[in-house]
Amino acid sequence: MTTSTLDSEPMTTPADGGRRPRVVIDEVSKRFTITERKSTSTVQALDRVSLEVEDGEIVALTGLSGCGKTTLLRIIMGLEKASSGTVTVGDKVVTGCGYDRGLVFQHAELFPWRTALQNVEFGLEVKGVPADERRRIATEKLELVGLGNAMDRRPDQLSGGMKQRVGLARALSIEPEVLLMDEPFGALDAQTREGLQMEVLRIHRETGKTIVFVTHDLDEAVLLADRVVLMAPNPGRVDTIFDIPIKGPREDFFAIRGLDEFAHTRYAIWSRLMAGVHGDAPREEER
Amino acid sequence: MSIASSTATTAETAEAGRGFWRRFLWNRRYTFVTIASLVVLMLAWEFFGRRMDPIFASYPTDIAKTFKAEVQDGTLQTALFDSLKPLALGYLIAALGGIPLGLVLGRYRIVEAAFGVYITAGYAMPMVAFIPLLILWFGLGFSVKVAVVVVMTVFPIVISTWAGVNSVPKSLVEVGKSFMASEAAVMRKIILPSTVPHIMTGLRLGIGRAVIGIVIAEFFTSIGGLGGLIINAGQQFDTSALFVPVVVLMALGVGLTRGVGWLESRVAPWYAGVSGGRDPE
Repeated sequence: MTTSTLDSEPMTTPADGGRRPRVVIDEVSKRFTITERKSTSTVQALDRVSLEVEDGEIVALTGLSGCGKTTLLRIIMGLEKASSGTVTVGDKVVTGCGYDRGLVFQHAELFPWRTALQNVEFGLEVKGVPADERRRIATEKLELVGLGNAMDRRPDQLSGGMKQRVGLARALSIEPEVLLMDEPFGALDAQTREGLQMEVLRIHRETGKTIVFVTHDLDEAVLLADRVVLMAPNPGRVDTIFDIPIKGPREDFFAIRGLDEFAHTRYAIWSRLMAGVHGDAPREEER
Repeated sequence: MSIASSTATTAETAEAGRGFWRRFLWNRRYTFVTIASLVVLMLAWEFFGRRMDPIFASYPTDIAKTFKAEVQDGTLQTALFDSLKPLALGYLIAALGGIPLGLVLGRYRIVEAAFGVYITAGYAMPMVAFIPLLILWFGLGFSVKVAVVVVMTVFPIVISTWAGVNSVPKSLVEVGKSFMASEAAVMRKIILPSTVPHIMTGLRLGIGRAVIGIVIAEFFTSIGGLGGLIINAGQQFDTSALFVPVVVLMALGVGLTRGVGWLESRVAPWYAGVSGGRDPE
């Protein structure tokens, strides 16, 4: 168990020395049965989705409402079961949740009766980490997300951005190999969001974690991700995968936003997305 | 305010003292509203009560006189104690049994399917109807009072807890799952704390029902306690003596309910920061 210290160096040499992907999504399908009044209908939320995520890579899942991006993330997390197909993280097939994955929820979902510190300690508590060790790790993670001075506040005394930071620290507390984020900054104002996005990049640089996140925000996708997976609805599927051509450090948003590559890539994704809007009319449904 | 300025040595502390008293009074303004409301009610009661036949009505000063007499000869204390003992025990049993039952009912569909209907029926049913049966089972002593308090109190506690579990957000349980929390950990670390405000509501409703329960039990068994005092006074057409235990019971109900409210603010201080029903100050 390598939970105690924060890996300051990204893991560069996987066990077999090869380039085995960290996450392998193989032909994953998901069907939901919806009962309205007397009729039952089946919605194909995901249709044979395959995707590989390299170790240390940041991948954004985006697309119109109902394209199954959140469902896919929940399947990777193990909160939802695939109807068919498999997800492999590391060398283990996902059958449920695990400490190799940490999820940042869309609305933070902190426990209102716990302080920020106690919220971060939750996962460690459940995992059985001793109290003093727990405190030390949680403090360290809160400092990592810049909340060292608000550790004893309860969620109702935290702003939206601070809550999301606590959520991030909580997900990181168990040292997952893969960090999953479900529209983590969607509900925040633009400035707060940018601050958190930079924070994520910094944390990624310091820890080398693999990150998969869902977003509606194309700017966010292009700013953060190495690859953007555009999904399409009815049935939910992978439409196009965009490689982001921006290399090197990404934290200087001022410079990045000014790059031609940024504008071009964003435009390419946007136009492909809009083609979907005007092509087959998407159903208004949110999962 | 005069006290503050006379004890103050300098102008600054006098100013600070005045500010203190102003804040002290202002912070308690809603308490003053409650007190003013009580004073108006008492004055009106005194005024109209004096104009009525003492067999049909009494008034505050008369009740106070009887109250004093009953305290002096000790009958009131004895009666109060006789009522409080079974009240406390019955309430405790109801809480200790009702809270876990409500948690389990809310958490597990199978338990809800098996036993939910009895709880709903028990809550809706007037429990007074069972008292003759309870007397047959428990006789006419202490234990029947406890039994009546339990059956009166347990249902609102169970129902509130049960409803509380049902209103725990799914996403909070998913947080637990995402960290691979065991069922026991989900129950103890997520469901239970999340349900505390509802449990407290149940306990508060339970207090009122417990007080009703003890009086009804004492009416039926007509042995001792505050209920017994009421019955005796009624049979002797001693209206002011009838009101003494009534007032004590009201004070008891209010006091105990406040006590639970205080307990809630200690056990779930976070809830005040989350709930938005109360008007903003």
